[in-house]
Amino acid sequence: MTDTMNSPASEGQTILGIETSCDETAASVVVDGRTILSSVVSSQVDLHARFGGVVPEIASRAHTDLITPVIAQSLVEAGREGRELTAVAATYGPGLVGSLLVGVSAAKALALTWGVPFIGVNHLEGHLYAGLLEEPDLEFPLVVLLVSGGHTMLVEMRGHGQYRLLGQTVDDAAGEAFDKVARYLDLGYPGGPVIDRLATQGDPTSINFPRPMINDGYEFSFSGLKTAVINHVRKNPDVSAEDVAASFQAAVVDVLLAKTVRAAEDVGATAICLAGGVAANSELRERTLDHSMTSGIRAFVPSRSMCTDNAAMIATAAWWRMQSDGPSGMDLGAHPNLKLPWMATA
Amino acid sequence: MLILGVESATAQVGCAVGGHEGVLASTHSARGKRHAESLAPQIEFTLSQARVDISEISVVAVDIGPGLFTGLRVGISTAMATAFGLGVPMIGVSSLDLVAFPLRHTRRLIAATIDARRGEVFTAFYRQVPGGLQRVNEPHVVTPDDLYAELQAASTECIVVGDGALRYRELFSSITKVEVADESLAYPSANSLVALAHARALREEFVQPAEIQPLYLRRPDAEVNWQTRPER
Ligand SMILES: [Zn+2]
Repeated sequence: MTDTMNSPASEGQTILGIETSCDETAASVVVDGRTILSSVVSSQVDLHARFGGVVPEIASRAHTDLITPVIAQSLVEAGREGRELTAVAATYGPGLVGSLLVGVSAAKALALTWGVPFIGVNHLEGHLYAGLLEEPDLEFPLVVLLVSGGHTMLVEMRGHGQYRLLGQTVDDAAGEAFDKVARYLDLGYPGGPVIDRLATQGDPTSINFPRPMINDGYEFSFSGLKTAVINHVRKNPDVSAEDVAASFQAAVVDVLLAKTVRAAEDVGATAICLAGGVAANSELRERTLDHSMTSGIRAFVPSRSMCTDNAAMIATAAWWRMQSDGPSGMDLGAHPNLKLPWMATA
Repeated sequence: MLILGVESATAQVGCAVGGHEGVLASTHSARGKRHAESLAPQIEFTLSQARVDISEISVVAVDIGPGLFTGLRVGISTAMATAFGLGVPMIGVSSLDLVAFPLRHTRRLIAATIDARRGEVFTAFYRQVPGGLQRVNEPHVVTPDDLYAELQAASTECIVVGDGALRYRELFSSITKVEVADESLAYPSANSLVALAHARALREEFVQPAEIQPLYLRRPDAEVNWQTRPER
């Protein structure tokens, strides 16, 4: 029997998900881990831009200001009363501890108030479920490339809650490399969208940046590539920023895609799935779909709003967690360094 | 009218439920689990001890600080969500009001203090007026030495209370007209919160959950550094 999304015992379970792990305050109402009734995301990006990165204390203050209005809006848009919900879920890690605590505290209080269970969700598990939320027909095993500002990993999803780590970055996350290169080129923050936009005007073949470890296992390394970009700009101060952006982005995408494709072949995956904020990158999205057309390996690229941090993916992961593990205790705290629950390697 | 009070501005975290009849049940802990881990179970336990169903709560009161930022936000997020979930109004009370409250029967000048870490304290002065206490200056953040000077300049006998007073007890008690209050009064109490909120509730001094504003009294370091950065 194949384990697909079509096996839930219970129907019509409505979960309010809350996400506050970094610089987005988000709340969403999702039915049965597949039907999004609302997904509200309030980004703090403008508050942090002048500092060139997320400032934890500023993030925590903003979450405290925004959490109640964002939750209220998610319920209004969903047309649901709190007491009609089945459960309330929140991200409890990994992330910024002060930010996580705002969401966890609010979610537990709402669960208590409405007399429903509370479910703590691993943020990374949320990202893994974004694809399945939008495409419930995906079948296991899946290979998910999870790329964001904090994470770069290749995960084999063998079933619900069954994850095997194939490889991850040994130094910088892919999103971090985008931010650092953008900062060096004085393009502002966050780096991903700026480089993405600039790259459309540049020639990706103009500079041959290294493709670190491209044929080598499933580990990633982006620190050397970032240094190569900085050295190139230092030696060629008049180089066009568009060409640097396009060539840098091409190098990152080459490495990400090559390893993901090889992983999918090696584990016999039914499909490749993208996840995380960097999966909103146009080049990565297009090249992944192009590869799928030519190779025949199925690829699923979630909509951009499901790649970046949101609470619909948290409500979805919570629904699946509730089927397998049941609710969390009311004494759950924030776990800033939470890992995915890896399967024992057999 | 039943009030749930939530308090987490200092090393202590607690909650209390009460109303016209005073406090029906309360829980406080200053050691052990972290605030976010303790608070929801404390609320469940306190309500069950008082035999109050959460749906009977008609006002949620919360300590809005000043205090330790992360712990403070645990209480505020919990209280805001509880009030929002129940559809009831809120009352925010300063931690300085709360540590001064148990001393309301003294005729001395009360200096309420909360340890602000980094060699500073949050403070405000209070004095007895008919019917309670009146705050005589704005809450502010000072070094213990500056507070020492403020106390020395005061024209009356003083009592210093709060975990800030406790931390710098030797310094403050070296002034002859100053007494440092007992350590059992060092933390803001959820019982005081319910009592003070009850008085304000009778005057209908309510706010909506989204209107609750933490009293930080200090800007984030990054903003301070940004403003004082050297010209580029
Ligand atoms: Zn994320």
